[in-house]
Amino acid sequence: MPLQGNLRDFSTTQLLNLINLAGKTGTLIMYEGVRTGEKDAVGGDRMSAGKERARVAFKVGKLISAVLNGQSGDLVSVLNKAGRLTNDQARIIRERAKNTSDKALALLLINANYVTQKDVVRSIQQNTLDVVYNLLTWSEGPFRFEDNVLPGNDRILVPIDLENVIIEGARQIKEIEQLTSHIPNLDMALRFPDNPREKFKGVHLSVEEWRVVSFVNPRNTIRQIAKANNMTENEIRRIVFGLEQAGLVEVIKPQTAEGAARSQTQTRAPAVQKTVVTRLIDRIRQI
Amino acid sequence: MQTQTVKMVVTGPFSSGKTEFIRAISEIDVVTTEKDISSEAERQVKSYTTVAMDFGRITVDDDLVLYLFGTPGQRRFDFMWEILAEGMLGFVVMVDSTKPETFREAKSILETFKAYAPTPYVVAANKQDLGEAWNIDDLRIALRIEEGVKLLPCIASSKDSVKEVLLELLYSILEEMERS
Repeated sequence: MPLQGNLRDFSTTQLLNLINLAGKTGTLIMYEGVRTGEKDAVGGDRMSAGKERARVAFKVGKLISAVLNGQSGDLVSVLNKAGRLTNDQARIIRERAKNTSDKALALLLINANYVTQKDVVRSIQQNTLDVVYNLLTWSEGPFRFEDNVLPGNDRILVPIDLENVIIEGARQIKEIEQLTSHIPNLDMALRFPDNPREKFKGVHLSVEEWRVVSFVNPRNTIRQIAKANNMTENEIRRIVFGLEQAGLVEVIKPQTAEGAARSQTQTRAPAVQKTVVTRLIDRIRQI
Repeated sequence: MQTQTVKMVVTGPFSSGKTEFIRAISEIDVVTTEKDISSEAERQVKSYTTVAMDFGRITVDDDLVLYLFGTPGQRRFDFMWEILAEGMLGFVVMVDSTKPETFREAKSILETFKAYAPTPYVVAANKQDLGEAWNIDDLRIALRIEEGVKLLPCIASSKDSVKEVLLELLYSILEEMERS
């Protein structure tokens, strides 16, 4: 059964985690999303797969290759990007070794003392990681995991443990999640604490922070402040979080009766005897 | 002698197959409180939805009856969830294996019901007969379901499949009782 969906619902980090834990072998293909005009089950815009954006290959849960659409990802490009080959060297090698596989080319370059084996491995590894870190920032678009599809034999594949890649991806996402969980509702307002003069004395704020501070007023929601300052949701969250942690502003949290009630109540489990459950089992077996 | 009734709850996101699940096994026509769907997005998925609850029944004998309650899937009806969860013996969380966009909601509903009552539960991965369904192992990772929790393949339209899910839940309830 195919592993497919949209990054909006299942992030790249979650996908990498799944591939790592399941020890999967195959290629993850990411596409540009083409809106179909229909809605999905949660009211989001349904997307069909458009142009291919990237291909990431895995072997037994390890990352072995990642290529963005429009990039060749061949050895010469990778070594050139890593600064191991100059532009001129790359151009000449491309002309002379047109039909040579990456593996054969790597041997030629090592034997000719252009590069070392370590250079080749590190450059490929870094290139793969750069592509994957880029993918981690993608927040939507269809994807599909093709089981057992791998890059051609001519490519040099350097296995990379996914744990560290996931940790880095998770770190970036965690920051956003923490901010979102701390300030879940941008329709909350800000106010200054008691003795604001005292608190602001000697504090050095950035331009962006001052811009936010200038709008602090219980009547202005955080969303309105962001809009007035042309800031994204994450930018305003980061600034408000910093100001709040420094004790310079207070977030006025809306209290919902429902939430308070829910946190206090836990429904009672019924007092049922084992024989009742056994009878239910017997009955359902007979149906 | 007074008839003893026990209750199990079938929950899950919108259109995950809760009503169909209850319908497949209930001995009475399921009492549904379905309404025309007002939201355009939801209408594209199905034309009727459960507003208050679905209600099915399995009679064991003269003095024992099992009631199955299906919760409404949309968040705007979640005021009903806690009422339905009151006194439940256990619960089934339905997940549509073909709709990854609902996995986050499924996980959230699971956590909400876990918080309502410390009763055993199973997760039923519905629509496993469809080609685009995610497989069970992938779903377990995607939904972050612990190893000890049963994640069962399910086809809500099949009585045998529904029986299997309910039996697994009852086995879990029995195990829990034996432990405590």
